[in-house]
Amino acid sequence: MQVTLEFLLAHFNYLVVVFLMMAGLWIVFASRNLIKRMIGLAIFQSSIGLFYITLGKVAGGTAPIIIDAKSAAGRKAVAALAAPLDPAYVAQAGLDGVVYANPLPQALVLTAIVVGVATLAVGFAIAVRVREAYGTVEADEIAACDQSEIKPDARPAG
Amino acid sequence: MIAAIASPVVVGAIIGAVMLVMMMAIVIAIMMARSLLVAIILMSIYSLASALWLLTMDAADVSFTEAVVGAGVSTLIALGAILLTRSEAKTISWRGQIAPSLVALAVGGLLVYAAFDLPNLGDAASPANAYVGRIYMSQASRDVGAANVVTAILSSYRGFDTLGETTVIFAAGIGVALMLGFGERALQDIPRAAFEAAPGGEDISDHHTVLRVTAKLLIPLMSIYAFYVQFHGDLSPGGGFQAGVIMAVAIILHALVFGLHDTMEAIPPQLTRGIAASGVLLYAGIGLANLINGGRFLDYDHLLPRRFEARLPDSALAGGHHLWGQHFGILGVELGIFLTVAATMVTIFYAFAGRISDPVEPPHARAA
Repeated sequence: MQVTLEFLLAHFNYLVVVFLMMAGLWIVFASRNLIKRMIGLAIFQSSIGLFYITLGKVAGGTAPIIIDAKSAAGRKAVAALAAPLDPAYVAQAGLDGVVYANPLPQALVLTAIVVGVATLAVGFAIAVRVREAYGTVEADEIAACDQSEIKPDARPAG
Repeated sequence: MIAAIASPVVVGAIIGAVMLVMMMAIVIAIMMARSLLVAIILMSIYSLASALWLLTMDAADVSFTEAVVGAGVSTLIALGAILLTRSEAKTISWRGQIAPSLVALAVGGLLVYAAFDLPNLGDAASPANAYVGRIYMSQASRDVGAANVVTAILSSYRGFDTLGETTVIFAAGIGVALMLGFGERALQDIPRAAFEAAPGGEDISDHHTVLRVTAKLLIPLMSIYAFYVQFHGDLSPGGGFQAGVIMAVAIILHALVFGLHDTMEAIPPQLTRGIAASGVLLYAGIGLANLINGGRFLDYDHLLPRRFEARLPDSALAGGHHLWGQHFGILGVELGIFLTVAATMVTIFYAFAGRISDPVEPPHARAA
């Protein structure tokens, strides 16, 4: 396998995705702070979304919203989009003269983002309760508190 | 040469690459940051950069969602969380960094090795793009009739999947409320009178005049925009998820500027949890209506009774497909998503904001 500049550029997005994913994993592993860990988890999750969208990109494409070629404005838009592209490529990869991005990964990632923020909120809520029960959100202090005989500091946050 | 560089495709690719580099830099800064406040603000910028990158990847709907959710609601929730916990993380000792770094390097190395076998960026003939995605693109206008194919997949082809996701959002909202309460403490603890003019003191409602006037202008516009995004979701980028979050942000903005107490009087927590549940019920109810009319669950072709559908103008019924049923089915389902998402986000915000046990003390109480 010969690694050329062209090959690297075509795979640059994957390398960035791997970097972001590992950075998220590193934060989750290395940080002892529960809030910081949730942020790491959010980065990890976002990188997977980027990976899906990268897979669904089609060269020379446009957003997957079907252009109505019956109207005059639609015909104009179709012509403008097809102008810089090779007609043979458009005929092979496109639909009615327009190349569209793959809509399926987009539909999957869209819902994942909104579900992600809802579950992130659950994680934060757990951290808030942990803080109220232990007086800290640092994992090592919580573990020390659990192992010692001293009752955890049960005062409410304030 | 100059024409080639200035072409929109090349400009898009350059913006995309710059955004990716920026995102990596932001993530490194988050790894280093001790202050959680800094980390959360950086996450918000990360979301904006990734929204711009998504736009260059032709993912308009996802970009919209990322900008609204990542830079808007999730920042607010995270700020509420650090307000209730603490805003500084302990520094990680260099010894504590060794094992995580080794794991990340090893897994990352394996993933990079695997990544070189993945298809080139933009390959139209890759397995992901050649089969099912193309079929959705070519069939959607006949099967569903929505111009925005992402919406067609989300609410019609894979409606069952989205029902599950809507339920997860609702369940997450309930989970937060179970742990932190519905925020009703804010209604009880601060008597309304405490915020009115202190006897002999200055009227505190005069403060933040610029903020109040701007918010009064912005909130109605944001609400109208939410409805625009909602009802144009099958024609342009947008839909129930984005519209729901925009609506929730409008309500949260009211709470931030006019105080949680006033917002809770206008939109009580009991109402938001009821709306969140009714959105899921509406979604599932539309699925059941199809069953009753002889179709399958969430198969909108059977949403409208035959006799009623026959009376509608049949220009939209080309090819014997039930496009009216699909049209009303998607409208109803998106409305269900909108209600659940908006009400759940407000419920979560109420839960965090209402938990703050040391509420904004009335200024004259502090002075006295």
